Amino acid sequence: MAVRSKRPVKPQARRKFLRTVVMGVGLIGVTLLGYIPVLGRWAARLRPPGALPEQQFLASCIKCGQCVQVCPVEAISLADLDEGFGVGTPYIDARAQACDFSCDGLQCVLACPTGALTHEINYPHETDMGIAKVVRPDLCLAVQGRGFSGQARGAAFTGMLRYDAVDRWNPIPVSEHPYELELCDLCMRQCPIEIRLAQCEAGTPPSGDERQCPPQHAIRLEPLDAGDGITRMQPVILDGCVGCGVCEMICPVEPAVIVIDGTESRGMGA
Amino acid sequence: MSRLYDSMAELLGREPRKPAADEIDPQIRDIHVGKRNDSTRIEKIKIELAHKAAHKPPEKLRRKRWAVLILVNLLFVVSYQLDIQMLEGSMTASRFVGFHMADLNSALQVMLAYKHILINLLIGTVTVFIGWWLLGGRTFCSWACPYHLLAEWAEMLHLKLAEKKLVKDHPFDRRVRTWFWLIFAALAAVTGYTVYETISPTGILSRALIYGPGLALIWVGLLLLFEIFYSRRAWCRYACPIGLTYGLVGATSPLKVQYHLDSCFHEGECRKVCLVPHVLNTVIKGRATGMNVDIGADCTRCGRCVEACPTSSLTFKFKGLGDLL
Repeated sequence: MAVRSKRPVKPQARRKFLRTVVMGVGLIGVTLLGYIPVLGRWAARLRPPGALPEQQFLASCIKCGQCVQVCPVEAISLADLDEGFGVGTPYIDARAQACDFSCDGLQCVLACPTGALTHEINYPHETDMGIAKVVRPDLCLAVQGRGFSGQARGAAFTGMLRYDAVDRWNPIPVSEHPYELELCDLCMRQCPIEIRLAQCEAGTPPSGDERQCPPQHAIRLEPLDAGDGITRMQPVILDGCVGCGVCEMICPVEPAVIVIDGTESRGMGA
Repeated sequence: MSRLYDSMAELLGREPRKPAADEIDPQIRDIHVGKRNDSTRIEKIKIELAHKAAHKPPEKLRRKRWAVLILVNLLFVVSYQLDIQMLEGSMTASRFVGFHMADLNSALQVMLAYKHILINLLIGTVTVFIGWWLLGGRTFCSWACPYHLLAEWAEMLHLKLAEKKLVKDHPFDRRVRTWFWLIFAALAAVTGYTVYETISPTGILSRALIYGPGLALIWVGLLLLFEIFYSRRAWCRYACPIGLTYGLVGATSPLKVQYHLDSCFHEGECRKVCLVPHVLNTVIKGRATGMNVDIGADCTRCGRCVEACPTSSLTFKFKGLGDLL
């Protein structure tokens, strides 16, 4: 060894070594920048049904997008590089397109190869994506005692929902299904949990499967008396809410009265 | 066995070594003497090479390989976009007509970060392991990886610029790829995030093709610029842990490129086109220890050397099936 260390190092070899060290440190450094958006929780995303708590979700997701491919309403998108270590992970922008469970069988959960969307759930009411919150009650049409007529989100809105009465199997654009309501109740009317409960109460559970019946209500409209004789109602979120985001998507006012908070149930809280 | 040891050591970054005199079969020396005196053959090869240099023939095998690579990636795209459901998912994990497949390095990152192994992921990993073991390991790189194709085009540009003396190749120490592999594995285990996936150009490109482009493509662009202007094929040669993972898988693969000493006149055409020229060290005069030598584990089985060789001294070999080409 002593002899070897006395041998002069060629300047070319030294340069190559230094270059390699700089490149190595540089690449690892750049990669670790991906930590910042994750640690800083820059993007508290609503994740697809069955998503594990955020840290475990990011660890177990293999970033393949198979969940994206099976969703009948194309609710799922993949995160970009600005989300650091979260790049390629699936999320749902509920206002643009919520998960309406029109696949019934949680196709994204079945598609997930790693269990990042846990395979332990089978039915919509077993999911826990987040919880809806009434954040702007003063904007709510029902609170103002107003009805709603027309396309819930306007003609240009591309979001889709499955309307059982129109087509049991295929979702259609919300813009093709105008409403005529004396008092706006869209959030409750389109809630997938409430729709299933109503079907079960009528003795016709989805696919004739009793297990599809949610055990609890998710949303209710409660009478509100302002003392002016106008019929007013206000939406109240109940324990059965799974955070699918349909109420946020369908809310016809801008910005939405109800938004989903995906942080509490999935370990993303501060 | 010592050949496998050397192949692995070179895969991990050791420089190829010159064999000692007693390691070389004595008949080989006689062959070298015989070849040196075969001046008519040498003259013929020189003329052929001069002709090739003047009228560059199309690299047919390379074009076929590109077609395969594009088809594989296109199959992902059309499976989703046209909903034909042949190959769903992306390069990191997919289902081929329903069968789970998982990229070995991505699966490793998930297993280390999450520390649980789901049966579907295990099935996908084993399937892919067996598949790429049969096909040669790093065959994934040159026949399937979308970044490889872009890097090949960037390399063509780099070589053109280098010919005009506008750029110069700055090689790195190849051992750095082994360090990257270890560090990325350790980072996944320690941080609990699939850290490597953040910068994997393979995953980024595959997702961009299938699900649409995004900001992440800027990173891929920067890598390509680095390779064009600073260091030839830097990512595949010195950085990619996916390549090393598949190299380890393919070390014992039955599919090899094999070198035949008796017909070789050591022009070195093969080493000029090779992504990993250290695997072709054996073609240098005086380095081959046997008459037929299997090319090492780092070889991507791209076949460019097979096509470039003027004396057909490199051939694809599937052990038990004989010469493929």
